[in-house]
Amino acid sequence: MIRVVLPQHLRTLARVGGEVTIEVNGPVSQRSILDALEKSYPVLRGTIRDHVTLERRPFLRFFACAEDWSHEAPDALLPKEISSGAEPFLIIGAIAGG
Amino acid sequence: MSKVRVLVGTRKGAFILSADGKREKWDVSGPHFAGWEIYHMKGSPANPDRIYVSQTSGWFGQIIQRSDDGGKTWHQPGADPAQPPAPGTAVGVSNKFVYDASAETGKPLTTHQWYDGTQHPWEFKRVWHVEPSLTEPDSVYAGIEDAALFRSADGGQTWKELPGLRGSDTGPRWQPGAGGMCLHTILLDPSDPMRMFIAISAAGAFRTDDGGKSWKPINRGLKSQYIPDPNAEVGHCVHRIAQHRSRPKTLFMQKHWDVMRTDDAGDNWREISGDLPTDFGFVIDVHAHEPETVYVVPIKSDSEHFPLDGKLRVYRSRTGGNEWEPLTKGLPQSNCFVNVLRDAMAVDSLDSCGVYFGTTGGQVYASSDAGNNWAPIVHDLPAVLSVEVQTLP
Repeated sequence: MIRVVLPQHLRTLARVGGEVTIEVNGPVSQRSILDALEKSYPVLRGTIRDHVTLERRPFLRFFACAEDWSHEAPDALLPKEISSGAEPFLIIGAIAGG
Repeated sequence: MSKVRVLVGTRKGAFILSADGKREKWDVSGPHFAGWEIYHMKGSPANPDRIYVSQTSGWFGQIIQRSDDGGKTWHQPGADPAQPPAPGTAVGVSNKFVYDASAETGKPLTTHQWYDGTQHPWEFKRVWHVEPSLTEPDSVYAGIEDAALFRSADGGQTWKELPGLRGSDTGPRWQPGAGGMCLHTILLDPSDPMRMFIAISAAGAFRTDDGGKSWKPINRGLKSQYIPDPNAEVGHCVHRIAQHRSRPKTLFMQKHWDVMRTDDAGDNWREISGDLPTDFGFVIDVHAHEPETVYVVPIKSDSEHFPLDGKLRVYRSRTGGNEWEPLTKGLPQSNCFVNVLRDAMAVDSLDSCGVYFGTTGGQVYASSDAGNNWAPIVHDLPAVLSVEVQTLP
């Protein structure tokens, strides 16, 4: 079981609370988490990464175990604390604007 | 008694303002989609309870929302309005706007002109305008940035580009204005289902006579001193076009500078700025029952986006242009420095025509007597991006 924390606007869109849980089969990476997340919550498609290129949207960042993974390879394996569910995978919106 | 429903898109959410035909007491609903930019929302003429919304965000991209009950509840098209999305259901593509890149129709549509004159790939940014079909509730058009026209035939669940517009041979010469290269105006001809008009900043106006397969620029007569060739076929910064249903070949245009008119469906334009104190502005609209009565809100200049002399004045022409009268009763006449953006004016179709507009200061003003008298419905909303009105039985 993987825990994922979404930014507030995406929680509203997906009609979920502060944290969601998903199942990932196989290696746990940013890509596999996002694939599973979008499969469970299709309304999130296009809101975290581009529909076509699947690139991270510019004003979003991905954190795991207090480390910024945004520029790591999408298939790089995440820490075991993420795959075990001990720590959540954080999707964070940049703090900017009014 | 008839009712009106004013649909207001703002920088931080959507609001619905409702009143009976007297238009004196207003019920305010919102914010819907709080925190998101609502570029535009519009009801279907064929089913007024069907409302389409463009919800967008610099962080999270584009969302299309839909209501089937007049704005009481909302959902992304394709999702069950009553249930959270279930795993594996075929939703999640209602916000997917992908340019046509097919070999048959999309092959030449690769780049447009960038600010520095170089060629730049088309990149989807947001939906500026949604235009529901006049006859089919499930059919709706979307004008997007970077400029292109999309259509959904399934109530907004899926979208497909009408590539003939970008594929008209002028596409590579289109260039963004300061606000981006947006397709912001879509007019459906009520007398001819095959004819549409669209406008793009800063490419100009275009028309199709074959249901969107092919398009031609209709900018003859426009003069823009700020571009290398003031009479160019494309490159004009059209801000808004309006039309009266009874005279679909007559169009009124607020250009970057100049208020213009055509009586031959855009083949030829002529200036009707006349005695306006400044002919820069964004909005333009036509009285619901008087096709020669036109409204604009003059703005000081393209570098000072606020009313001249701090006086918020709507100007009305009852002669189809050239002679204009200021409408000021109920509008602030000192220290007013708001803007009125291009999609932020609308008229209702009650016997005594109502006129509405929203400002970047968060006011929505209404006149129930064709502009003679004004009063704010609300005055502290986020900056208003768009205003539409539904006249309901």
